[in-house]
Formats: sequence, structure tokens, C-alpha cells
Amino acid sequence: MARNQTLTQNLDWIAVLIYILCVMMGWFNIYAAVYSPEVPTSIFDMAHNAGKQLMWIGTTILLIIAILVIDHKFYDTFAYIIYGIVLLMLVAVLFIGADINGSHSWIKIGAFSIQPAEFAKLGTSLALAKYLSDPTVSLTRSWKEYLPIAGFVGVPSLLILVSNETGSMLVFAAFAIMLYREGLPGIIPAVGIIMAILVVMTLLVSNWFIVAGIVIIAGLIIWFMPKTTRRQGGLLATLVVAFIMMGVVIGVDFFINNILQKHQRSRIMVLVDPDSDPRGAGWNVIQSKIAIGSGRLIGKGFLEGTQTKFDFVPEQSTDFIFCTVGEEHGFIGAAIVVVLFMGLIARLVILAERQRTRFARVYGYCVAGIMFFHFMVNIGMTIGLMPVIGIPLPFFSYGGSSLWSFSILLFIFLKIDSQRPYTLSRT
Amino acid sequence: MLENRRFIIIGFFIFVGVAYLFRLFYLQVLDESYTIESSSNSIKRVIEIPFRGQIYDRYGNLIVYNTPVYDLLVTPYKAKVQDTLTFCRLLGIERRDFDSLMTAARTYSRVKPSLFLRQLSKEDFARIQDIMVDYPGFEFAKSSLRTYSAPVLANTMGYVSEITKGQMEKQEVEYYRQGDYIGQSGIEKYYEEQLRGKRGIRFVMQNVSGVAKGSWKDGELDTMAIAGQNLYTGIDLMVQQYADSLMVNKVGSVVAIEPKTGQILAIVSSPSYDPNILASRHFSKNYSMLAKNPYKPLFNRPVMASYRPGSTFKLIQALIALQDGVITPGTGFGHAGSPMKCHNHPATSTIVSAVQYSCNPYFYQVFKRIIYNNDTKDTYKASAEGLNRWNEQVSKFGIGQRLGVDLPSEYKGNLPDETYYDKIYGADRWKFSNVYSLSIGEGELLITPLKMANVAAIIANRGYYYTPHVVSGVGEKNKPLPEYTVKHETGIEARHFETIIPGMVGAVEAGTVMGLARIKDVQIAGKTGTSQNKIGKDHSIFIGFAPADNPKIAIAAFVENGVWGGTAAAPVATLIIERYLKRKTENKPLESYVLSRNYMPNVIVPGTKSPTKKDTAKKKPPVTAPIATTKKDGANKPGLTVASSGN
Repeated sequence: MARNQTLTQNLDWIAVLIYILCVMMGWFNIYAAVYSPEVPTSIFDMAHNAGKQLMWIGTTILLIIAILVIDHKFYDTFAYIIYGIVLLMLVAVLFIGADINGSHSWIKIGAFSIQPAEFAKLGTSLALAKYLSDPTVSLTRSWKEYLPIAGFVGVPSLLILVSNETGSMLVFAAFAIMLYREGLPGIIPAVGIIMAILVVMTLLVSNWFIVAGIVIIAGLIIWFMPKTTRRQGGLLATLVVAFIMMGVVIGVDFFINNILQKHQRSRIMVLVDPDSDPRGAGWNVIQSKIAIGSGRLIGKGFLEGTQTKFDFVPEQSTDFIFCTVGEEHGFIGAAIVVVLFMGLIARLVILAERQRTRFARVYGYCVAGIMFFHFMVNIGMTIGLMPVIGIPLPFFSYGGSSLWSFSILLFIFLKIDSQRPYTLSRT
Repeated sequence: MLENRRFIIIGFFIFVGVAYLFRLFYLQVLDESYTIESSSNSIKRVIEIPFRGQIYDRYGNLIVYNTPVYDLLVTPYKAKVQDTLTFCRLLGIERRDFDSLMTAARTYSRVKPSLFLRQLSKEDFARIQDIMVDYPGFEFAKSSLRTYSAPVLANTMGYVSEITKGQMEKQEVEYYRQGDYIGQSGIEKYYEEQLRGKRGIRFVMQNVSGVAKGSWKDGELDTMAIAGQNLYTGIDLMVQQYADSLMVNKVGSVVAIEPKTGQILAIVSSPSYDPNILASRHFSKNYSMLAKNPYKPLFNRPVMASYRPGSTFKLIQALIALQDGVITPGTGFGHAGSPMKCHNHPATSTIVSAVQYSCNPYFYQVFKRIIYNNDTKDTYKASAEGLNRWNEQVSKFGIGQRLGVDLPSEYKGNLPDETYYDKIYGADRWKFSNVYSLSIGEGELLITPLKMANVAAIIANRGYYYTPHVVSGVGEKNKPLPEYTVKHETGIEARHFETIIPGMVGAVEAGTVMGLARIKDVQIAGKTGTSQNKIGKDHSIFIGFAPADNPKIAIAAFVENGVWGGTAAAPVATLIIERYLKRKTENKPLESYVLSRNYMPNVIVPGTKSPTKKDTAKKKPPVTAPIATTKKDGANKPGLTVASSGN
């Protein structure tokens, strides 16, 4: 019965519209980022990133059509096979990878270079969705149930780490969002976040302040704790947690100050405090903040940016593309981008929740989590709220691999979602 | 149950999104500092330094001008010098210098160009320009260097150097920036505002490496640099050079003034130095060399050195006495009754012969009459009253105060009045007998050579003067500062001048001036002086003007430790007058006499106890004689006669 439907029927137009807006805005901003007022070039000039991006957009449209043509059951059926191919590519890149920008993670096929790491997200998402769609699999009974999950996520992320793409590896943390939705105890992501905050604070503030803070908070918790809870081990648990946290703080401090070499220490310091090395590693963040900050409310105008054009901001058309938005279009432009992403991600969560199959829901959450993680880290980095981790901003950043992989990731889900009325619920 | 986690998840997403919106709002809208940083980042203010005004002499010859020079800049991160030794040899620097210059540049910035070598001459530039192409990271920037056409007027023109930290802090309107040049002395300092012009500012966009990327806002906010104004001086460069050559081997001053206008024709501070040495990049080395020189070449003697005027002051005494009516042209005094001795000369039966022979007892009597020219009975009170009145009259000759010449650091000198002596002796405890040495220009009087030249100009003008000034035109010819067009009267009638001038003519022709010091067909009126000096031989002074009936030049010459006014200072002044009036030197014997005189051994310099000839001649060689360099520099200047003894 699916045969006589048109390709676009039941496609979620809100998501598609946001997608189109993002891609077009990205294209114009790439043009602005590489535009030189001395030698004005056309946006269609294939010698520059903007022209090339147009070509990537064209091929992406072909890919999207292909995705919409292929039957939605294909992804379910071939999930493990796709995952396997991705793993093979990740292994292959270790041997035949070309060096581009210092990382050993590109495969050259003719004139094209593709980055398997970008597609690993897709493969892993499909594999996780497939695995969890098995009705016998549950995440709520024993910690042993997480071992296969750890394997699915761990193998590709290790391979990516080996090929020196730390940023892409960290993206795999995004699966925690999906796992949380599927039953991962809330304490685990909470502990992860608290630990991350503690480490960052150790770097910024004297650890005696943090220790004192922990003691005070623990004291308050115990004070206000109901007596019954206190008697039932609540007191002991609070004290243990407090001591572990203090241990982490002192341990991290000791590690950084006594074990690391000076240059390694400064690298870490720069992640949290760019001003500690303004000419070196902190340069990117300082320049990025200057570019965005100087945009003011309405920006300097299209092609009128100075910071992003004259090479003050590095990686202007890729990882730091958001600087161009902030400088040339001001707070209004930057806010529109943030709102568009929030809209897309929220829409994806809503779509995921209305799926009738667990496969579709898990996959939907994977897509939403990955998009969110990229959005949070990339924009957070440019405005100085996140350490500098080189991952692209979906649909905006220049580059074929990232545009392709995000588009495929998104449209596979939209395709599956469009077939929802014809799918029988299994959960 | 688990479905509800979607709300936590969406809540977390929205929390991050909203946090980012707040952060963006803070960065972009609330915090303005990034806008400023952005402009300081990418908008470069390029300062256009205007050409400093040039300085001309009265005939349009250049005295001070700008020579294009080249600064060598280095951008450390681009700089690659394989063979440092060859490179150093090329630039004529030491390996040590190279290292320290590179370190300094690197400390400043690795990506921005900084100064490596300052002020390479055109010749050096031409020599190394092609070879420097092989050294990446080095580039030339055009700059300019203050250049003096003749090695004279060093202290008068002054010098220009980088602004000091103290000057930076003291400036009221923030105009100068670190590294700017500013006039530090002389005319360069006095007319700094007119000479410097107005700086232009261009705003250019630059990329991260500091490479210019076109003008900002199409140059809307740019301002053009306005060149400094040229200065036209009354200096006669040929006479000036000649006067300098005459003052070689003598410590002292010469000031020549055009009486009708107050323009300074020549002003010599000896010993001097070639002003070009303070304009070069060897400034600090040369400056400390000059500062250490025992003869103090940096001391601008014409306006800063004060001397007792000696007998030259008798002219003023005579004029005041005549004006007060305490003597008449026919008044005569004998030598008796005066504590002062006189030189051997015919009887002084009139004021004319008293001036001609510079009779000390005569002027003792004259001054006594001036002081006691009142009805007060008490001699103490009468002396005080008389002195104050006298002080007032002498002040009108510009003595005891700053004349207001357009040279910085002019000294007031000293003209004592009642309070001055009250401080020494106590009120009502002194009278004429305590202060009579003033009558012959000794005692507590202190006058600069410039003021004595002005006195000569007053007598030449028969009673008035214009404040002496070097610059007679700012921006255009004959447009001096307004204060130099004000006529100052002395309150002495012209007829009294006519009375004493014959005495001055007599002094030159048959009086205290040596016989050789004459000019054919020109009548010079003059007066010699010998300024008593406690720590060495007396100073020789001469003031005068010529021609006596229609004065074109008034002059004062001071030769320290030259003893007699008539034998040291007067010959110098005579030769300068001749050169100015006749444009040539006819009195060759006098010229060779003057050039042969060396008074340097008489000069006591700090650190030597007694001025024995051997010691000073050997230990302290005279400062660079300007005459030696005159030829080289003056020869290629059109319209200038080379001043040398053979001319």
C-alpha cells in the first residue's frame, strides 16, 4: 500500500522547514565568512567554500530523495549491516586515512574526502535502535544489560579516538539522553554532570573553597533530611558522596598541579579560562567572543563583519561559523539560530514520542540527542561557555561529510515518522 | 512512567537554549567592551606624521629642513636570517646589537612590525635595499630626519628628540604619544606648535597579521595631516657662519640685532657643536658626550650666561644722568674724590671723552649724582630712594627681567633694588658708598649678552627697541609673533643719545678699542667692557652699532677670560659688522689676528684648579671647530658664501 504514496506525504513539514532555513542560512554565512571585501567573489564561485557548499547542498538533496524513496523498513532490517560498514570504514581510515588538518580521519575517494566519524553517529544510532527494539531487552533490571550498549557505543568511539578526533568521540555521550529516556537511572547522567562541574570548578577556584562548599551543602542536606531517611542510611550515603566529591576535587587538583607537565597544564587551563593564554590556546575563544560581542543587537550587516573576515577567528566557515552569524546579524540573528535549533530538537522529541515502534522512538531520541549535543558544544564554545571542542554546527558548518551525515540522520527519521500511520505498534 | 522523562529531557534542552540566549544577550547587548576590542582588533589607526616646518634665514636660505630617511622594521615571525654575520656587516651593527634588537622586537610582538634600525640615510638605503630582499621579514618605512644646512646655531635652533616620559605625563591636551618627536630646546621648542603641524589619522581595517585591508567606512572619519608652518628668521646665515668661525677657540657669545626691527641677525654661543649630531640615531651617545664636555656646549650662553656688564654699562649711566639733568654734556669731573683708579688717558672734561676713555672716577661721580638726586636728608634713605628710581630707569632698557626673546630658558640676570640690598646689609644700613661699584657695571649687576646687544640696539635707535627675536615670520615672511611688533620706549630723549654717541665713535677710533679694529668708510659706535671675574681672568665685552649715523646692525660680543674689551671682543664684533655691511671681509690683518687668538687656556673648567696653559690645552681639547665642517656643508648651498679665513 505504501507504493502509491507520493514521496513527501506525511513528512513533518515543521522539521523540514527548519532544516531548509538552517541550510540556507548556513550557506549565506559561509559565504560571508570567506568573503573578502578586497576581492569580492560570487556566492557561486566554486573556488571558495560557499560555492563548494552549494555543491554539497545539491548532492544532499539527491541523498534525501534517495532516503525518501527507500522503504522505511530498510533501516530496521539493515541496521546492523550499516553499523558494520561504518565500523569497517573506521578501521580502514586508520590504515588508508589521509591527513587533513592534523587528524587522520579522512578517506579520499577521487576528489571527495569523507570522514567516517561523521557517519559513525548514524550507524551507532541505528544499531542501538535495532538492539533496543528487541522486546526482550530491558534497561531497568540489571546493570549487566548495559554491557551490549557499552559495546555498541564504545567500539566506534574508541576507533574515532585512535584516529585523533576527540571532538567526534565526545559526541557519543549524546546517547545518554536516549538511554535516560529508555530507563537509565537518572543518577548516572546526574553524577556525570556533577563530576564535570566539579572538575571545571577545581580548575577555576581554589579547591579549599569547593571543599568548604561541599561540607556546607552536605551539612544542610543532613540537617533538613527527614529523621527516618537519616536513620535508614541517608546520613551515611550523604557523607560517602560528600567524601567522594572532595576526593575528586583534591585528586584532580593534585593530578593537574603535580603530575602534568607545565604545557599540558596550560592546555587544560585554557579550556576553562581562555584568558590564561590569550595569544596561544585561548586566542580562539577570545576572538570568537569579540566577534560575537561586537555584533550588538542587530549586527554589523551582511558581509560587513570585520573579525570573522580578517582571520581573527579561526575556522570561520566550519567550527566557528556561529561567530559570523553573531557578528553580522547581532543578537537577533544569533537568537533566531538558537530558537531554530531549540525548535528542531523539541520537534524531534515530540515526533520520537509519537512513534509506535521502539526502534523509531530510540532512533528519534538518538537524532535529537546528537543534534542537541552538537548545538550545545559548538555554540557554547563560541560564546565561552564550553571548552573548545572542534565539532561542527549541524547544517551551518561548511563541509560535505557533516552536512550529509546530519541530513541523512534527520531524514531517515522523518521518513520513518512519515510511515507511522502504516506501522503497527509493538510496545 | 518513563514517558514522563521526556519532560525532563525537553526541560533540559530548553534550559540550555535559554541559558545561551541570556549569555548571547549579555555578550552582545549588555557588555560593550567587545565592540571596543573589536575595533582595536581590526581597525588600525594609522597616524600620518606631517612634515615639520622648515626654517629659513633672512635671504631664504634653508637653515633647518627635513631629509628623507628610512627606518628598517622587522616582523619577527617572518624574519629569517641565515647568515647573521653577513647581515650584521651589511647593516654595520654588532652581533650583540642584532640579538638585543631582535629580542626587543620579539618581546613587542611576533606578528607586528617593530623598529629595528632607525634613520638609515638615503645612501645606506640605496646600498642595502636590493640585498634586503633576500631577508624576509624586514621592510623599510620612510621617515624624516631634521637636518641643519650649516654646523651653526645649534643651541638657538635646538634639537628634536623623542618625547620623554615626563613630558608625556605633563601635557595638558593629549597630543603626543609614545615615540613622537618634540622640540626639546631652542626655536624647535619655542615654536613647537607651529612647526609640528597637525597629525592626520587614517582608519584602516587590518587582518589578524596586521596587514591593511582597505580603509574603514570609506575614509569617512580620516583626517588629513597638515604640514607644519615654515619659520622665516632674521638670521643672516653667512654672517652667522662667519661669526661662529671667529669664535673658535673662545668661550663666549655674539649677538647681532637689526636695531630697526629687533630681528636677531646672528647669535653665537661658543663653544658650539654641529646640530646634526643630535638629529641622528646616535642622539643619546652624542648628547651625553656634549653634556660631559667641560666647556658646556649645551649651555646657550647668549640667553643663559649672565655677566657683569663692566664699562659697557657706563653708557646707560650717562644716559640716565643726562635725562635726569644731574649732568650736562659739558660736565667734567677730576679723578680726585673717587675710590676708583683710572687707566692712563687724557683728561675727561666732558661726557664724550669720559665715554671715549671709559673713565671710572667720572662715572663714580655720575652715579653718585643719580643716586642722591633727591631732597631726602638721610643718606641711607636717600640712597634707597635714588637706587629705586635708578632701577626703574635701567629696567626700561630691558635689564633685570626676561626680554621675552623667542628662545626658551632666558635668564633674568640681576638688577639690584632697595630690597635686594636690604637683604644683604639690612634696611637703612647701606648707602651709596656700599653700592658704588654699580656705577661702572660691576657689583651685583648681571646681564646676558642678548640684553647687552639690545642695549646697543636701543642706543642705535636713539631710545627705543623691539624685543629681540629670531623668527621674523611664522608661516609667511614678515609675520612675527605679535609681541615682537610692540615698540618699547626707554623714556630717554633722543638728544641725549646724540650726546654720547660721539664718545662711542671716539672709543672705537681713538679710545679703548685696539687700533686694528677699524672698518674702512664705516663709522662704528662702540663701548668696551671688562667684566670682573673672581675666579679667573676678566671677561672681555664689546657692544656697538654701525654705521653710527644710520645703524643697520647692533652687536654685543662677549669673550670669556678675554680680559680687555678692546682687544678680544671688539675685534670680533668689528669683523662681524664689516661682513654684514659689506658682505665681505677687507680687514684681513684683523681677521687673522682674531683667528689666531685662543682664550681657551684661560677658561677654568670644573675639575681643574688653575688655568695653566699646558693643562687645559692638553686635557681639554677645544670643542669641534665649526669652521672645519663649514666648507663641506656650506659649499652646496646656493647663495651662501663659504665662511673661512681665506675668504
